[in-house]
Amino acid sequence: MTEWDGRFSLSSKLRLPLSAVKSLPSKWGISVLIAIGIIFPYLASDYWIDVAVFWGIYVLLGLSLNIIVGEVGLFNMGHSAFFAIGSYTTAILSERFGLSLWLLLPLSGFAAGLAGYVLAKPIIHLRGDYLLIVTIGLNEIIRITLLNNPWGLTGGPNGIIVLDQFRLFGRAVQHPIDFYYLVWVFVAITVFVLVRLQRSRIGRCWNYVREDEIAAQAMGIDTRWAKLLAFTLGAAIAGATGTIFAAKLVVISPESFTFMESVILFTIVILGGMGSIPGVILGSAAMMVLPELLRNFARYRMLFFGLAMVLMMIFRPQGLWPSRRWTTILREGESE
Amino acid sequence: MPHGGLWPCRLRQSPHAESMALFIEQLVNGLTVGAVYALVALGYTMVYGVMRLINFAHGDFFMIGSYLGFTLVSSALVGGAIPLWAALILITALSMVGVAILGVVVERAAYRPLRRASRLTAVVSAIGVSIFLQNAVMLIWGPRYRAYPSWAVPDVSWQVGGIYINLMQILILAVSFGLMVSLYVFVQRTTVGAAIRATAIDHDTARLMGIDVDQIIRLIFLIGPALGAAAGVLLGLYYRQIHFTVGWTYGLKAFTAAIMGGIGNIPGAMVGGLLLGILEMLGAGYISSAWKDVFVFLILILLLMFRPTGILGERIAEKV
Repeated sequence: MTEWDGRFSLSSKLRLPLSAVKSLPSKWGISVLIAIGIIFPYLASDYWIDVAVFWGIYVLLGLSLNIIVGEVGLFNMGHSAFFAIGSYTTAILSERFGLSLWLLLPLSGFAAGLAGYVLAKPIIHLRGDYLLIVTIGLNEIIRITLLNNPWGLTGGPNGIIVLDQFRLFGRAVQHPIDFYYLVWVFVAITVFVLVRLQRSRIGRCWNYVREDEIAAQAMGIDTRWAKLLAFTLGAAIAGATGTIFAAKLVVISPESFTFMESVILFTIVILGGMGSIPGVILGSAAMMVLPELLRNFARYRMLFFGLAMVLMMIFRPQGLWPSRRWTTILREGESE
Repeated sequence: MPHGGLWPCRLRQSPHAESMALFIEQLVNGLTVGAVYALVALGYTMVYGVMRLINFAHGDFFMIGSYLGFTLVSSALVGGAIPLWAALILITALSMVGVAILGVVVERAAYRPLRRASRLTAVVSAIGVSIFLQNAVMLIWGPRYRAYPSWAVPDVSWQVGGIYINLMQILILAVSFGLMVSLYVFVQRTTVGAAIRATAIDHDTARLMGIDVDQIIRLIFLIGPALGAAAGVLLGLYYRQIHFTVGWTYGLKAFTAAIMGGIGNIPGAMVGGLLLGILEMLGAGYISSAWKDVFVFLILILLLMFRPTGILGERIAEKV
């Protein structure tokens, strides 16, 4: 890959994002990681396999939020609302109608995506921090609604028990190892799709909106449409993840979808590096696995965790694995 | 955890109360809580105005103020040696000083290194600070609810035209309006205030005018947390129960208030805080206390849909 030499030749400008997007590790690196991923459950205890399962779930959620925050630059700090809608769609439909989880996965994604579209449509024009507080507001509205048990649907503070499991080749995916593979296969599929999307016209269009909305608009991009698409897609992936979460956690209750949860997801995206897919994977590791590693400190665990967050930001303000495209553009912006 | 269970709003509903009296009573309750929100919102808005940073740890400054006040009130230090009113003033002042020092330390340690970094980086650092402070408080004071002693403020109330007002409500209104007016005068009428306003507009130009920007930011981190701490002590005295998570619950409300008023705008934070308190109490009185926050956030969303920069926020022309 050649670095952009700063000349304003049209062709190099156009080619830049395409070549610079290769912020993923090399083919060799990926193969080694996949191999480690496959043998990991045979080496680790059930406890650590479970940690890896939740890590995978947070990677999915982080990836979904990364579309909104990282790719388009919309400050969404209420993402767990869509996760909640997906989880509750699964829980309610599974409880009432006994639908299969394989069917509920796309259905929950659709429900959350629809909610994302409808809720974001009137507020998508808001900028920065105003959008941030509105999404927090939506998160709170949805959480309180779930808590207040409207029409006896959500089970109030106790939530709903999901008895069903994913069924594959006639057996339930229940054992931590099986679940581990299930989650990480979903992660792999999502990463594949999102990398393709990132390199596509839509992905570049999102980044354009993030970098300079007015210029993007002037170039004929329908920025409103681009933002809404990102919001809807992000919400849909979070919703589908809700099904996996419901199957893993068994009990779905409002306390899993608090403002704090949204803040954690937001942190994953920023900590990893905005718009960077490997960054999200590392960021969620930092947010999910690090507290487990700090377990030895028992009561001081979260104290150290807060400190670690501050230190990570001070020493790596651009994120753990920044998107290459992102930094290239930043450098360009500074040299103006 | 049932929502609103922390410090439940205390409604005194007499079966014979006329609807007008109920309305005014809710208004007074709302003003009381709103004054506290306004004090906390000022901290958010001032930091935002000068640094463009959403200080997620600000709610925790408020919470720590509340805990410091609790320790001071319960300590033997003030057990009768000086009159109660003097003790209360002393306690509030000491908590304010303590939290102000903490604010400056946090700014130096966690925000200053990130001043040149992207805004969201500093936000994550603020979230880290918040987690740190909450857990520090939990380790120091324990994870359970703590209660201010009931003798701290005599439970006196007066009946004015069919509604009840108690001493604590008057105290809260007096102290917070006093602080807000002094802040407003300070920012609008003094040279240092002018320096703060100049820094809020443009750091570099302010520096060229001979303003020490670091000093101004330090000052902001003295004033904001101090106001938050005063609010914490007042609210602790009012509702008695405190918990290490109230920083988030109240911080979120105060941040909402700051946005409602137009973030970065000092009178906006005051208006936003009072409005939010009133809306919340009217929602609790006329809809239901379980749905009051839904009501508040719906109003916020509607407000921002039609006035995207809040009540007093200015419309900033977009740069092309």
